[in-house]
Amino acid sequence: MTTKPFSASVRRQGDAALIDLHGEINAFAETALNQTYLQAEEDSPANIVLNFTDVSYINSTGIALIVGLMVLARKNHRQLSVYGLSDHYVEIFQVTRLVDFLTLYPDEASAVALTQS
Amino acid sequence: MITRLWKSITGFPKPRSKAASGEKLETTTELPPVEMIDLDLAPNDPLSAYLLSASGVVEVDRLNMDSPALHQLKNNQIKLIVPLVSQGELIGMLNLGPRRSEQDYSTDDRRLLNTLATQAAPALRVAQLVQQQQAAARERERIEQELRVARVIQQTLLPKELPQLDGWQIAALWQPARAVSGDFYDFTPFPDGHLGMVIADVTDKGVPAALVMATTRSILRSAAERWRSPGQILYQANNLLVPDIPPNMYITCLYALLDPATGKLRYANAGHPPPYQSNSEQVVELRARGMPLGLMPDMEYEEKETTLAPGDSVFFYSDGLIEAHNPDEDMFGFPLLRQILTQNRCNNDLVQCFLGELSDFTGSGWEQEDDVTFVTLQRNPEPPQDVQERLLIELSVPSAPGNERQAMEQVASVVAELGMHPERLERLKTAVAEATMNAMEHGNHYQEDKPVNIQVSTTSQRLCVSITDHGSGQVLAPTGVPDLEAKLQGLQSPRGWGLYLIENMVDDMEVISTESHHILKLYFDLKGEA
Repeated sequence: MTTKPFSASVRRQGDAALIDLHGEINAFAETALNQTYLQAEEDSPANIVLNFTDVSYINSTGIALIVGLMVLARKNHRQLSVYGLSDHYVEIFQVTRLVDFLTLYPDEASAVALTQS
Repeated sequence: MITRLWKSITGFPKPRSKAASGEKLETTTELPPVEMIDLDLAPNDPLSAYLLSASGVVEVDRLNMDSPALHQLKNNQIKLIVPLVSQGELIGMLNLGPRRSEQDYSTDDRRLLNTLATQAAPALRVAQLVQQQQAAARERERIEQELRVARVIQQTLLPKELPQLDGWQIAALWQPARAVSGDFYDFTPFPDGHLGMVIADVTDKGVPAALVMATTRSILRSAAERWRSPGQILYQANNLLVPDIPPNMYITCLYALLDPATGKLRYANAGHPPPYQSNSEQVVELRARGMPLGLMPDMEYEEKETTLAPGDSVFFYSDGLIEAHNPDEDMFGFPLLRQILTQNRCNNDLVQCFLGELSDFTGSGWEQEDDVTFVTLQRNPEPPQDVQERLLIELSVPSAPGNERQAMEQVASVVAELGMHPERLERLKTAVAEATMNAMEHGNHYQEDKPVNIQVSTTSQRLCVSITDHGSGQVLAPTGVPDLEAKLQGLQSPRGWGLYLIENMVDDMEVISTESHHILKLYFDLKGEA
């Protein structure tokens, strides 16, 4: 079995910074994820949007990493949103109650549109 | 009749025991002390008949008859006898020696004595009756106490516990009609796994039956030590019992030998009511010819065999069930017994079921007529096919970070054939990954030489993924809902989601901790919707 190493990159969309996530979010993703997040924060966007469209696997350590990003966002008064989660991970985000503190969008267009409004 | 008498009664107190009174017996100083003698008046002594017919005080010196009692009275210088007669029965005598004045008894003395006798006789009679009743009550209490002890002793002759056989349910009931019983049952386990079983009923009830029961049990036990064949055991027991038990007594007895592995039951019957083999579809009477034990020597006992299939049971009973009567004097009888079994009115517990049926039949306030004994052998039904477990895969995963994905994918691939709903399959994958990660991290501390073992098995209803690590001691217990607010405020670690996720992904889970392993069993219903 081959696993896809994690990678992440930042894009700007108006006042939002979009972080495209690729691969598996687990312990191996920690450094890259945190670095990319800090990069996204560089010009102090009001909104940071995580794109999960190309994420195949998130484990509990991955959930903890996302909680870590939420802590940072809260600290710096940024709105954290996500889109592109599969139905299963939407359920995971519901079970863990992350959805109570994040905004979930079905796709990039709605995420960008609503974060700009 | 033995009477105690004083040589002289007039003017003297009844003697009191020194020990009782603690003082010296006081009498008039110059007179001889009161002396008591025992008089034995036999019923056939002519004096007895004479006194019964006498009309009042009798002068001893005037009597002349061949009477040992009269002789004894004369020797003791008795002068007068005052018969005490009540309801035509001589119940006592007042016997008077010579007057202390050395004068003869006067007419007035005799009249006074006659009056005294008329009043004393009924009072004495009442006192005697009270004494007799008290003695009878003491005797009854003594007998009851002995019976209570006998019952305890008899109970020790019954099996203290029922045999425990894998795949079998064995039950028994022993309910004597009186304190002790002629019914008994017994089990003899053999080293090769066979089980000998006896149910027997001695004619009559109570103590005589109980004594014969004890003998019969011992004889059957010793016969079972030498022989294995039920027919041979009954043959030997019969020959030993015939010379030893009273001619009007006998024992009905059924001996059976069960092979629990195959369900084969060999049996021979010495005139005992036939047991019934039954299952949900049919009821069969298990008959075998043979005379009751203890009647005639050298009797042959037919031996038969049946096989108890899974779900079959055999009901053994004594005639106390069959011959019980209801308030209309109808007998419980074989037809009702058969009907109860045919209609499957009993589920698993035949003993309690028949006890209930007997109680319903006889009604409340039933005075049990005979001893009642039940024994049941029930072979457990085979589990339905759909609960038989099938192993899908066993795998071993080295404890290294990231390997939980390998475990997750392997389990998912073998489970694919079961056609789970895709969303349920995703939950299974997450639960397996989290549980494997948990085992690698907390159980094996990521030591690669300590693998996590995973076993996947299924029934048609449920899938079980069993994940075993090398951890010991306290197992990680689910800690409830993680406090996300505290985590977001930086008050708690952002981690700690694993067990919570697992709990929410499975239909059921079980945590087992042994000395060298933790085992986490994850269950998933296969028929469930998304």
